[in-house]
Amino acid sequence: MSTVVEAPTASSGPQSPRSGAVLAPISWKAPIAYAVVAVIALIGFVVVAPKGLETTFTVSTSSDFFQIAPITVPSTATALLLCLVALVLAGVSFWATRSRRKVGVWLPSVYGVALVLAFLTWSAAGKDSALPLTGLLQGSLFLAVPLVFGALAGLLCERSGIINIAIEGQLLAGAFLAAVVASITHSAYAGLVAAPIAGALVGLLLVLFSIRYMVDQIIVGVVLNVLVIGVTSYLFSTVLKVDAATFNSPPKLPVIGIPVLSQIPIIGPVLFRQTVLVYVMYVVVAVLQVMVFRSRWGLRLRAVGEHPKAADTVGIKVNLTRMKSTVLGGAVAGLGGAFFTVAAGLAFGKEMAGGKGYIALAAMILGRWSPAGALAAALLFGFSDNLRVVLGIVGTPIPSQIMLMTPYVVTIFAVAGVVGRVRAPASEGIPYVK
Amino acid sequence: MKLELRGITKRFGSLVANDHIDLVVESGEIHALLGENGAGKSTLMNVLYGFYDPDDGEILIDDTAVNFDGPGDAMAAGIGMVHQHFMLVPVFTVAENVVLGHEPVRGGGLIDLTEARRRVREISDRFGFDVDPDAKIEDLTVGAQQRVEIIKALSREARVLILDEPTAVLTPQETDELIGIMRQLRDSGTSIVFITHKLREVRAVADRITVIRRGKVVGSASPSAPETELASLMVGRSVDLGVDKAPAQPGEVGLAVRDLTVLDALGVRQLDGISFDVARGEILAIAGVQGNGQTELTEVILGLQKPVVGSVQLDGLELIGRTVKEVLNAGVGFVPEDRTEDGLVADFSIAENLILDRYDQPPFAKGFSLYPSQVRTNAEKRTVEFDVRTGSVDAFASTLSGGNQQKVVLAREMSRPLRLLVASQPTRGLDVGSIEFVHSRIVAERDNGTPVLIVSTELDEVLALADRIVVMYRGQIVGIVPGGTDRDVLGLMMAGVPLVEAREQAAAHHTALGDADIATEEDNS
Repeated sequence: MSTVVEAPTASSGPQSPRSGAVLAPISWKAPIAYAVVAVIALIGFVVVAPKGLETTFTVSTSSDFFQIAPITVPSTATALLLCLVALVLAGVSFWATRSRRKVGVWLPSVYGVALVLAFLTWSAAGKDSALPLTGLLQGSLFLAVPLVFGALAGLLCERSGIINIAIEGQLLAGAFLAAVVASITHSAYAGLVAAPIAGALVGLLLVLFSIRYMVDQIIVGVVLNVLVIGVTSYLFSTVLKVDAATFNSPPKLPVIGIPVLSQIPIIGPVLFRQTVLVYVMYVVVAVLQVMVFRSRWGLRLRAVGEHPKAADTVGIKVNLTRMKSTVLGGAVAGLGGAFFTVAAGLAFGKEMAGGKGYIALAAMILGRWSPAGALAAALLFGFSDNLRVVLGIVGTPIPSQIMLMTPYVVTIFAVAGVVGRVRAPASEGIPYVK
Repeated sequence: MKLELRGITKRFGSLVANDHIDLVVESGEIHALLGENGAGKSTLMNVLYGFYDPDDGEILIDDTAVNFDGPGDAMAAGIGMVHQHFMLVPVFTVAENVVLGHEPVRGGGLIDLTEARRRVREISDRFGFDVDPDAKIEDLTVGAQQRVEIIKALSREARVLILDEPTAVLTPQETDELIGIMRQLRDSGTSIVFITHKLREVRAVADRITVIRRGKVVGSASPSAPETELASLMVGRSVDLGVDKAPAQPGEVGLAVRDLTVLDALGVRQLDGISFDVARGEILAIAGVQGNGQTELTEVILGLQKPVVGSVQLDGLELIGRTVKEVLNAGVGFVPEDRTEDGLVADFSIAENLILDRYDQPPFAKGFSLYPSQVRTNAEKRTVEFDVRTGSVDAFASTLSGGNQQKVVLAREMSRPLRLLVASQPTRGLDVGSIEFVHSRIVAERDNGTPVLIVSTELDEVLALADRIVVMYRGQIVGIVPGGTDRDVLGLMMAGVPLVEAREQAAAHHTALGDADIATEEDNS
C-alpha cells in the first residue's frame, strides 16, 4: 500500500476563495467590433462627408395638437458628436471587458441609436425634403406588426416544445383568408376575424404531424410553408384573379386615433394613431407577457417545453398542451397575416408574406422567447425595414440595392452578435413518448 | 393507507418486465423492493404510479380496487413518487416545481406565489429540510433537489411514498439524512416503498423486504437476514461480494497529472489545479459525487477537452495538445462513463464496435480496404475471451444487454497493449454477475503492470477496487487517501470536508449505514 499523499490544495480547503491565478481568456470581440464600426462611421459620416451642409428633421405631423418646428442641425458637427458618443461607448466596453464586468442592454442600445442618428444626419444632409422622424417611427411600428404576431406565435409553440418554422405559411394563410372574407362580406373586421382561423389550421397540421406521426418538426414546418404558398397561389390564379371584384378587393381597416393620447407629440401619432390590429397587438403582447410567466397556464406550458416527463408525472397532459398552444400560436400568426391585406389595404398577392415569417423567427430568438423581448426585436427589424423606405423617398447616397439588404443584414447581426448565449426551451423539437 | 398489488403483469413486446407480481405495503412501514438493475422494479412502480398501463392485474388501496388513468389519478389517490431521475424543471424555482400541476391561483389564472412559497416552507420546516422556495432547481445540490421531490410528493398529501433508487446520487452523509427523513415519515404514518439494489441500505432502514428477480417476486426477507443471503436471493446464485485482489505492487510512476485547470464555456472552473500520480500496477480511484470534475478530468486525459494550464504525462510523454487518436495510439485505453452514448455505435455490429479504435490499422485495414474476415475473427476471439453473450458477432450492439455491452467496450479497450487504462463508471447499471467480471478484468490489467485510473461515484466500487483514492469536490482534490479508508470519512470528503476534519467528524458521529456496518461486524465476530 502506498503512502498517503496530501494534495497541496487540501490544506486551503475547497471552499476557500479561489486564487486569481488562472482565469478564462478574455474575449475582445465585442469591444473591437464596437470600436471598428464607430471608426468606420466617423470616417464615412464625418471625415469624407461633404462639409457645410445642414440636415432637417421634422417631428410633428400636421394634425398634432402641439406643433413643434422642424429641427435643423449642422450635418458634420452632429454626425461627429454622435460618432464620438459611439466611440466613448466602445471605450466603456473595453474597460468593462478588461475588468470582467457585465454591461447591460443599455450599451448596445444607446450605441445603436447614436450610430443610426449619425447615419440619418449624413443621409439627409443637404436635402430639400426634411427627414420625417415621426413618420419613420410610425412606419416602423406598422411594418413590425406581422413580425410581432409571428414572433409571438413562434414563442407560444416553442415554449411548449414544438418548433414552428411554419410561421411564414401561417402569415400567408391569414393574409389570404382575411382578404377573401373581407372582400365577400365588404367588412375589414370580418377579415380580421377570419385570419386567425386560417393560421390555426396550419398550426393544427403542424402539430398533428409533429405529435401524431413524429415527423421532424423543422421539415414539417418547411413543407407547410411550401404547401401554403402552393395552395394560395393556385387559388389566387384560379379564383381571385378571375373575379377580383368579388374575391380580392378587401376594404382597408380604418385608422383610429385614441382621443387625447394621439395628440401627444411624437409618441401620440406613432403609438395611438393606428388601426385596430395594432391595438390588438398591444393587448396580446401585454397579456401574453403576464400569462406566460405568471399564470397557471403559462407555468404548465413552459414545463411541457422544458421537461415534458416531469409535467406528465404531475398529471399534465403533455401532447394535449402542445396541441392547444400550437393551434393558438397558429391563430396568432394568422391574425398577424391580416396585416398584409386588410390592415395595409392591399389585395392578396402571391407569396406576399415575403419571408417575414422567418424574420419573425429571428425576432423570437433575439427576444429570448419572451413576448416583450419579441416586441422589441420586431420593432428593431421593422425600423430597419422602414428606414429603407423613408431614405428611398428622401434620397440617400447609398445604392437602393444595398438599402434593400438592411433588414436582413440587421437580422443576421442581431441574432448572431447581440443575442449571445440564449437558452431555448430544453425539449423543443423532441416528440414526447412515454 | 394499505396498498396492495395483485398479479401485476407488464410486457414490452416480447419482454415480460413484470410477471404476476403480488405485493402488500402496510400502513406506516418502510417496504424495500430489492432487485438487480433490470429486474423490473422501476417498471412495477411506474405501473403503480399510473405512468404505464398494466397488461394484467389490479391495484388495491385499503382493499378497494382502483384504476389509474395517469399519474394525476395516482396522486389523487395518495401515491407520491420520487423518481430516480428527478422530475423537476431545472429553470423553475422550487416553489414553481412543487405546485406544478396543482397550482394555487388568484383571479385570472395567475399563480398565487405567496401560497406556493407557504406550502414549501410548511413542509420544509416540518421536516427540517432547509429549502429556499425561491431558489432555482439548477442551482441546488442533488441532495437538495431530492428533498424538493419529497416536498413535492408530500404537498400532494401522499400517504404512500415511492422512492426509486434514491441513494444512487447521494453522498453517504446525504444518504444518512435521507434515512432519517424516511424514518420520520414512517413514524408520522406514511408508508414508504424503497426501491434499491443496495443491500446495506435495505438492512439499515427497511421493515420488510421483497426481492424481485427477472420480473418475478422471488421471496421476502427480514432486515436481519445476512447480506449474503439477500444477495443470493437477488442474483439467484451464491455471490462473492468482495473483489479478490492481492495487494498492489506499485512500480514507477506511469501517469503524472500536474496542475490541471479546465474552464467551461462560461469561465467556471471545472478542474482547479489537479495533481496526482498513478504508478504502474496500481489502481487509483477518483471518488466524488457526480459532476465534481471527474468527467472533465477523463476527457482532458483523452484529449477531448483542452486545459487552460497543466500537464498530463504518460511515461514521460506529454499528452496535452495531442489529438484523441494520438493519445489512443500512445497506449491509453478508455472506458467512457456512458457506454450507449460514447462507448458504442448502437447500429454497428458487435464485430465493428470491437475495432472502432483500430479500423484503419493492420490487420483490419490496409490502404483503402477493410478486411472483414479479420474483423470477424477478431470479434469471435474477443467475445469468447470476454464472455460476451450473443448469438452472432454480426448482431447490432444495441441488441445486447447492458452488461454485455460493457464487456464489448472493455474487450475493445483491453485488446491491445495498454500503458494506461482509464475507466469511468465501469459497472454503472450492470448486474452482479457482470460487475464481478468487469472488476476481475480491471484487477487483472493492474496485475499486468498497467496504471489504472477508475472514476466512480459508487463508494462500494471505489472501496472494492482502489489501491489509493483521490476524493474530488468542485473540481479540486480534497485529499488522497489509501484504499480501505473508512466510508464515513470518504463521504465527508466527498462533501468537501478536508481529511483531518473528516476523520474527527466521522469519529464523533457515525452514519446509520456506518452503524449498520459495525453491527454486522459484531454479529460476525
